[in-house]
Amino acid sequence: MATVSPTPLLKDELDIVIPTIRNLDFLEMWRPFFQPYHLIIVQDGDPSKVIKVPEGFDYELYNRNDINRILGPKASCISFKDSACRCFGYMVSKKKYIYTIDDDCFVAKDPSGKDINALEQHIKNLLCPSTPFFFNTLYDPYRDGADFVRGYPFSLREGVPTAVSHGLWLNIPDYDAPTQLVKPLERNTRYVDAVMTIPKGTLFPMCGMNLGFNRDLIGPAMYFGLMGDGQPIGRYDDMWAGWCIKVICDHLGLGVKTGLPYIWHSKASNPFVNLKKEYKGIYWQEELIPFFQSVTLPKDCTTVQKCYIEISKQVKAKLGKVDDYFNKLADAMVTWIEAWDELNPSGAKSAELPNGAAK
Amino acid sequence: MSLPIKDDEIDIVIGALHSDLTSFMNAWRPIFSRFHLIIVKDPDLKEELKIPEGFNLDIYKKLDIDRVVGTSTSIIFSGYSCRYFGYLVSRKKYIISVDDDCLPAKDNKGFLVDAVAQHITNLTTPATPFFFNTLYDPFTEGADFVRGYPFSLRSGVTCALSCGLWHNLADYDAPTQALKPEERNSRYVDAVLTVPARTLMPISGINIAFNRDVVGPALLPCLRLAGEGKFRWETMEDIWSGMCVKVICDHLGLGVKTGLPYVWRNDRGDAIASLRKEWEGVKMMEEVVPFFQSLRLPQEATTAEDCVVEVANAVKEKLGSKDPMFARTANAMLDWVKLWKSVGGSSSSPGA
Repeated sequence: MATVSPTPLLKDELDIVIPTIRNLDFLEMWRPFFQPYHLIIVQDGDPSKVIKVPEGFDYELYNRNDINRILGPKASCISFKDSACRCFGYMVSKKKYIYTIDDDCFVAKDPSGKDINALEQHIKNLLCPSTPFFFNTLYDPYRDGADFVRGYPFSLREGVPTAVSHGLWLNIPDYDAPTQLVKPLERNTRYVDAVMTIPKGTLFPMCGMNLGFNRDLIGPAMYFGLMGDGQPIGRYDDMWAGWCIKVICDHLGLGVKTGLPYIWHSKASNPFVNLKKEYKGIYWQEELIPFFQSVTLPKDCTTVQKCYIEISKQVKAKLGKVDDYFNKLADAMVTWIEAWDELNPSGAKSAELPNGAAK
Repeated sequence: MSLPIKDDEIDIVIGALHSDLTSFMNAWRPIFSRFHLIIVKDPDLKEELKIPEGFNLDIYKKLDIDRVVGTSTSIIFSGYSCRYFGYLVSRKKYIISVDDDCLPAKDNKGFLVDAVAQHITNLTTPATPFFFNTLYDPFTEGADFVRGYPFSLRSGVTCALSCGLWHNLADYDAPTQALKPEERNSRYVDAVLTVPARTLMPISGINIAFNRDVVGPALLPCLRLAGEGKFRWETMEDIWSGMCVKVICDHLGLGVKTGLPYVWRNDRGDAIASLRKEWEGVKMMEEVVPFFQSLRLPQEATTAEDCVVEVANAVKEKLGSKDPMFARTANAMLDWVKLWKSVGGSSSSPGA
């Protein structure tokens, strides 16, 4: 293998979804990397506010009025006053890949001082296989300068398609409120030069700040739940989606990667406000983790939608007793799938995986 | 955050496959000289060992091995497996072992990596096998558990094994290195992470450390390829041992970490020449991995010794008929447990 081929731009196959309530000034810094792409802006909060998009970007913007108009009664599944509303953007996109980023995330620098093109790294991660069945001690074996180590079975070296690419953050780390309160000054300065596949059967806390995914492979499972206004919980939207997608990816034989790329996270949200939002989640996650760890999906769940509906049934059956919120959430999960299928009428996109029956 | 460990709780075990250890020992001197070393000479090595002065060490040669375990058993300690004799006779809580063709590496700031200190840190801070932390080791300076990490899982479990990595010559198999003869590993990945429970991986013996009290007997010199040789490309003994250790750690609720520290591995050998011998090992993994992935040990097995016996019986039952090598390996594992019980000192502590 002589030269490394350049990463394709995928500019007509990828949408960048950005939730915002304030402004989009941060896009100026991302212009060199984002300008070729179509943006989907999901405006949260007051729909009468005008969000100015910097010149030169090709975009569509949806505020709450648009969401209500497009989804009608099904709009109830889309959160209000929480960045969870971003998943509306996934639903209306017509592209194969999605990259989502928060509006307080900027371009980071690698240890050599060079600006990191986070989008390019996500594309690399998504286009290249994952290896969930056996851990490679040199991390991503397909990366330049690395490979599978001695003892890695050859039959597992082709890998599986990558559904999700989870990036990380320098500067303000993604801590929960209690940790933020104890360590208000801690900054993540460690650049870990690795991408790795999260093994099958292992759950992780998925952060939505810097996230790429293959919408065709996993899109319908990227529902970010009921958060924010009128809900008892916040800041668990991406967590919820992450547990669902991981269970489904494990079932369907798809891969989830984590590690590079880094972005620079500039804003530390108020830990006291966060604590109020997360409070219930901190208790509930003690039930949620064992729940997700024990979810099994029947063999006939061969599409993401079927898997997701099955999970919603199990959520109602097993978590409804933890709190009535989970009954509402289970219903919202079903509404989400109905809305997804309406806006994305069947065709090749959400079909069975080419490999046939799920594991 | 880590427990304060006294130097005399640590043994550094080196298997000598080369007779002249002068440059090896001198390169490691700043890091090794505080500790007690056990050097085990490969019984097949004919030349006298050359070791520089100034170390606190015990050397074991063929004669010593024969004396301790008897001449019929000593054969299992040949080649890279000679180090296991060192594990057997050590009485320390922590053992660190590196191949004798490895030197200290440099980190991404150009400083010499103290592999011993890093392994000890890994072994004395908790592991977190039940949920993946996206910022890797939450106990390291400047990091923590991320949002969404359940609080009940934040105290972690005892780390029983620390697997380090290699710069320059990575631990590739012969076909991989033969296809990329110029490839050298120069990437410094500044992370330690816990290998999740029930996730298996190839555990290389090149740069490894463990808590002998809890998993000592689970590191075992029991699988010998018919064509096993004196290059890592020609062995699978550590990979087999590592699969056993990981399954046993998962069963006992112990952790395994991977990542830092790096060592620098010298160029040695010819991958293409080793290709002929390697195929056996490569084929073997196709059977071995599904076997270990489905292996479940009974609840009654609460010590590493008990677990090794259970694994050995399962090997005999499920793999024994596929290849006589596995039947031999299973018997060797049972013999190893007996040997460990008679020579290895007190039984290992029940798992955490």
